[in-house]
Amino acid sequence: MKEILEIKCLSRRFGGLQAVNKCEFSVRAHSITGLVGPNGAGKSTLFNLVSGFVRPDSGEIRFAGERIDTLSAHSVARLGLRRTFQIPRELKQMTVLENLLLVPENQFGDRIVSVLSQGKRVREEEGKNLQIARGVLEMVGLSEKATHQAALLSGGQKKLLELARCLMAKPKLLLLDEPTAGVNPTLIRHLMSVLRRVNESGVTLLIIEHNMTVIMELCERVIVMDRGQVIAAGSPSAIQSNKQVLEAYLGGVSA
Amino acid sequence: MIDYAVSILIFACIYGLVALGLNIQWGLTGLINLGQVAFFAVGAYTFALLSKIGMPFPVGVLVATLTGGGFGAAVAMFTPRLREDYLAIVTLGFSEFVRLILLNEKWLAGGPDGIAGIQRPMTIAGFGSEVSFLIIVVVTLAIAFAFTRRIEGFPIGRTLRAIREDETVVSSVGKVTLAYKTRAFMLGAALAGLGGAFFASYLSYISPDMFGPNVSIYVLAAVLIGRQGSSVATLASTALVALLLEGTRILKDYVTFVDGVELAALRLMLLGIALIAIVAVRYGPRRAV
Repeated sequence: MKEILEIKCLSRRFGGLQAVNKCEFSVRAHSITGLVGPNGAGKSTLFNLVSGFVRPDSGEIRFAGERIDTLSAHSVARLGLRRTFQIPRELKQMTVLENLLLVPENQFGDRIVSVLSQGKRVREEEGKNLQIARGVLEMVGLSEKATHQAALLSGGQKKLLELARCLMAKPKLLLLDEPTAGVNPTLIRHLMSVLRRVNESGVTLLIIEHNMTVIMELCERVIVMDRGQVIAAGSPSAIQSNKQVLEAYLGGVSA
Repeated sequence: MIDYAVSILIFACIYGLVALGLNIQWGLTGLINLGQVAFFAVGAYTFALLSKIGMPFPVGVLVATLTGGGFGAAVAMFTPRLREDYLAIVTLGFSEFVRLILLNEKWLAGGPDGIAGIQRPMTIAGFGSEVSFLIIVVVTLAIAFAFTRRIEGFPIGRTLRAIREDETVVSSVGKVTLAYKTRAFMLGAALAGLGGAFFASYLSYISPDMFGPNVSIYVLAAVLIGRQGSSVATLASTALVALLLEGTRILKDYVTFVDGVELAALRLMLLGIALIAIVAVRYGPRRAV
């Protein structure tokens, strides 16, 4: 099976803290892969490295075979690798639809010259993007909130909005940073079915998650990190009984 | 009296252009610029120097606008990592830097003596010199207003507002935020340069002391009073500031119990109190989300 993301010997230090230490793993195309580990294991830093928000000190990141570790965040995004943030970063004073309409690339109306044009082309383009946005909202179940201000959404709905914003761009690989944290159980069910549908539409998912039920039900493969390193990788059931993983989570009690 | 009203209106329109520019930078994109007067001065001096070598009025205005925009783009490109307070300090410093260069480089722009004899546009048949100037500046302001309104309503305005709210999100969706910030700053500075050209032309004499930080602050007050990012509110509040600043001069004809000097001081105090009151009402707890 083809690997969409390959990480080799990746390291990043923040002052005295080796946040990511010679990290190595890969993610198969079209899979749902889980990334777990105790707090401070380096999962979010790893996401920041992969998405180009933080530069690695050393190592290699390949996305669909191409090196991306020297690219800036917007270039990585343009290649089709998108991410959500652990704490939703919705654009508060904009409506849900506006949050999504921001996304499409190379919009003619996004250039200054368009202001001097007749505006017909911009209207047509907006109409087309609006249709895509409504489709995405339908998919994640936010249609009723389309014209609401993003600041007024609930915590769970903000997570859905983050997801929707990524889907607008039809990504190849989606990094989700704790999609169910702070979301109520009913909405978690809904979110999981949305993620499954997204995956079925051809998007590879890499998910940081602390909710083990979500990991067990969704992921076909789980990667476990501790202190900046990958300590185990395998099927959810294999991971659950892995001694090293239990040690990492329970602080070595079982050792 | 009518002449005085026309003159106030002309100044209000000129400041309106500068405020519309600041509204693109600060109101729409969230780039704090405390040195808008720098681009205003660059436009005014460019126009004055071109006028000296006999360039026609429209050419002078156009080149002043482009020069203002060019300086704006340069400042934006040298400060890409700066946000909020740091950008405020740099822009404030830049405006003083521009003023001091104009003051000290005598060969360039006459130093403290300034430049006199700057041309006015042709008078429109049937109107006096003042009124035709007013008509020209109003038409220019209307065009600039239509332009900024369009920016606000177009996808580019949405991207700029998104940068104001959260720049990280905008780069995470694949947009080069530096390019947008540079454009916003450039457009805002170009409008200030345009205003500067009209300012120089109207007064027909300019000197460095006209371009102190207080100009930036008046324009800032206008944008602050208006709703962030709205051209309509920016223009309305510019008119209000101009009225408070200039209109209160008329008071001296009616207020007789204090002398002229005291009244001048009271006038500025009144302006200050009015600004505090307006801001307290506009940005009160109601706006907290």
